[in-house]
Amino acid sequence: MAAGPEARAHRVGEVILAVDGVSLAFGGVKALSEVSFDVREHEVRAIIGPNGAGKSSMLNVINGVYHPQRGTIRYLGREYRDMDPHEVAASGISRTFQNLALFKGMSVLDNIMSGRNLKMRSNILLQALRIGPALREEMEHRAVVERIIDFLEIQAYRKTQVGRLPYGLQKRVDLARALAMEPRILLLDEPMAGMNMEEKQDMCRFILDVNDQFGTTIVLIEHDMGVVMDISDRVVVLDYGKKIGDGTPDVVRANQAVIDAYLGVSH
Amino acid sequence: MAEDLSGLDTFPKLLLHHARVRGDRPAIREKDLGIWQTWSWARFADEVRSLAGGLAAQGFKRGDHLALVGDNRPRIYAAMCAAQCLGGIPVPLYQDAVAAEMAFPIQNASITHALVEDQEQVDKLLEILPQCPSLAHIYYDEPRGLRHYAQPQLMSCDKLLELGAGFLKRDAAFLDAEIGKGAGSDTAAMFFTSGTTGAAKGVVLTHHSLIDRARAAADMEGLNDTDVVLAYLPPAWIGQNIFSYAQPFVTGYCICCPESAETVMIDMRDIGPTYYFAPPRVFEALLTQVSIRMEDASALKRSLYRYFMAMARRIGGDILDGRQVGVLDRLMYGLGNLVIYGPLRNVLGMSRVRVAYTAGEAIGPDLFRFYRSIGINLKQLYGSTETSVFVCVQPNGQVKADTVGPAVKGVELSFTPERELLIRSPGLFKEYYKNPQATAESKDAQGWFHTGDAGYVDADGHLKIIDRVKDVGKLADGALFAPKYLENKLKFFPYIKEAVAFGHGRDRVCAFINMDMEAVGNWAEKRGLPYAGYVDLASRDEVYALMRECIEQVNLDLAAEPELAGSQIQRFLILHKQLEADDGELTRTSKVRRRHVGEKYASLVDALYGGKEVIHVEAQVRYEDGRTGSISADLKIRDAKIFPPAAARKAA
Repeated sequence: MAAGPEARAHRVGEVILAVDGVSLAFGGVKALSEVSFDVREHEVRAIIGPNGAGKSSMLNVINGVYHPQRGTIRYLGREYRDMDPHEVAASGISRTFQNLALFKGMSVLDNIMSGRNLKMRSNILLQALRIGPALREEMEHRAVVERIIDFLEIQAYRKTQVGRLPYGLQKRVDLARALAMEPRILLLDEPMAGMNMEEKQDMCRFILDVNDQFGTTIVLIEHDMGVVMDISDRVVVLDYGKKIGDGTPDVVRANQAVIDAYLGVSH
Repeated sequence: MAEDLSGLDTFPKLLLHHARVRGDRPAIREKDLGIWQTWSWARFADEVRSLAGGLAAQGFKRGDHLALVGDNRPRIYAAMCAAQCLGGIPVPLYQDAVAAEMAFPIQNASITHALVEDQEQVDKLLEILPQCPSLAHIYYDEPRGLRHYAQPQLMSCDKLLELGAGFLKRDAAFLDAEIGKGAGSDTAAMFFTSGTTGAAKGVVLTHHSLIDRARAAADMEGLNDTDVVLAYLPPAWIGQNIFSYAQPFVTGYCICCPESAETVMIDMRDIGPTYYFAPPRVFEALLTQVSIRMEDASALKRSLYRYFMAMARRIGGDILDGRQVGVLDRLMYGLGNLVIYGPLRNVLGMSRVRVAYTAGEAIGPDLFRFYRSIGINLKQLYGSTETSVFVCVQPNGQVKADTVGPAVKGVELSFTPERELLIRSPGLFKEYYKNPQATAESKDAQGWFHTGDAGYVDADGHLKIIDRVKDVGKLADGALFAPKYLENKLKFFPYIKEAVAFGHGRDRVCAFINMDMEAVGNWAEKRGLPYAGYVDLASRDEVYALMRECIEQVNLDLAAEPELAGSQIQRFLILHKQLEADDGELTRTSKVRRRHVGEKYASLVDALYGGKEVIHVEAQVRYEDGRTGSISADLKIRDAKIFPPAAARKAA
């Protein structure tokens, strides 16, 4: 399914995001300890691990929701500390959520348009009245959103309330909203969770297409090993907040520590 | 129509005519990125020219076949005309067919060029490339996902258009000369009929046949260049080709391509077509949606709906047919139009529909009347690929639920002694491609096409199709017995899922009934009728009474038809299990395998004719997981009332 490396439109490039010795604790609970890895431009990078391994914490650290007690994160060569989520978002990192954080009462179109919010320049009053420059701007943003709607094949649901859509489609809308920010890095928090086989296959195809078409770097968390191994370039494995493996899917699959973490070992 | 189209005997010539006469009128619309984009006739002609130039530059020449695979897209239709400009023959293939099914047409016609919609279709063609060595060029419209494909056969449509523009610049007179060489007797297109009854056959149709039939029906309905059609059925189907290609080319109306298969309903509301076609199942699905939404509506809305729909049933059809209706009724209908019918038509996207057709299978009379009663001019037609569709159409004001109307101008009907319908028409196909044997079998020396359908012409001159000839039998007294006709009538009742009628060579007609578990289950629940399961419910006296009512209703209908009055159903039983394809009782397309059922349940058939009241059965059933089990039950057999034929009653 994945195109071979020689066929890719965007060659995997330089390191774009580097996580170095990050530790995060909530009181006495160590969520992450001394985790280091990097993400290269245009690659599909997966973070996997059993439940409670610290995957979501890692994503929240990158995303600026949590601020790690120790360690650094360098993005595009610049170290960032204590950035808030909206600042991270403005810098080109967008994300989706495991349990979805869509506006259920709003239409699909409005949800995706909200992803363009950071890029809107005219003031809120003009936007509300839809006059002058605000109208022109909205039309430009709408054009971008329409391309995403076409890309993710959700034309039939533009005007549908998100809350009325089946789960698999809501996930797609979540992805659409994240894409609407035209991110350089897209963080996906368990994009396949709760999906049936067909929905998973669709989602895989969309993730690979996003990576291929827009060159977006993708960092995804997933505990479905099969899916991850098929679509990722490199995989980081966490267990109890520690990194226990890192490399291409083949390397990771053969790693004894990873096998033990997933299958359990008799002590 | 005032427009003079004489001398324009091919589609490319018609295209040039429209580009000249109504160059800025819309020809094709497509919704793209949420906005309807319009191609005028002039733009359409430009696109066709460039594509034709490109094809010529790629070596496509007179007599070559061009495979077209894709949903309704402007490019697909433009390519169709481009091939015809060069004297080539477009061969549209079903876009949802699996790769293996596409191999036969491509091999059969030694197709060298194919133009397809997107990656999905490219993948299919590449898959069968080893079996189809003739296929040297594949053009694709939508480049998404195809960037990394390195096969030498592939080329994008944009590139093809570019080649074409260059080619035409070098030789400006070429294309007009090629179009001028075309004649009405040339082959215009080839359609492969589905291979459910044997191998697929390529039906060869000439420009003359298609244009003649398209025009005859357009004249009859008064279609003109202000009409709008939604093109949403597969382009490989002859009907879609007539409605979205042949008829716009003779009248200049505009076709609209939906954004995707899922958005058809939304797009239909956007567009508001004036001319519409759908098979009965689409009308049924729409009605189901309406009914479900009405169930959820407030009590006030529900009661308004019930009241006005009852009135529409009573007088709506008459008003549409222009018959006499009382002043008060007319006023009330007007009010209903304001509060119910109008909004309902709007929701269905049918506010502007002047002419709607249905065909393909029998439509239930209630379903048919529903649409007519709310003011939608739904009519039936009869035709097939071999006849360029239009054989019979119901004219306005002469619409009946159970006929397909009188012959359209130019068509002659005749019947064999076995009641097989024969057709002679300017729209008849030329031949089955490379299959003289099949051609000779279905088209005789006098030019009559043998349809394989059995029917008769009723007192008003309307054609009535009753069954396939091979299924029609005779009762012992020689009276006509058309099992499918009876079964369809029964199946129109929501409580009856399947029916199997017996009677060939017997003295009377008896039937197996298969109840619809969901509908009868609901019915039982509403009545507080307890039951343990399918077998139990099927054997209830109350359910037998319900089924008897349905059957007697059918018998009453049959009594009114002199030809069929003898085949009223006299005895019936309700089967203890659903007929299943897994048990070999239905085909995979859910048609009853009558003979097989008759053999498998021979003891039940004997009981029906033997006068028994109860029969014990034990049946093997195969579960979905492959296990088998057995069901045993005592089936009751009941009589149904029959009615004297209407003619006899009048005489008495």
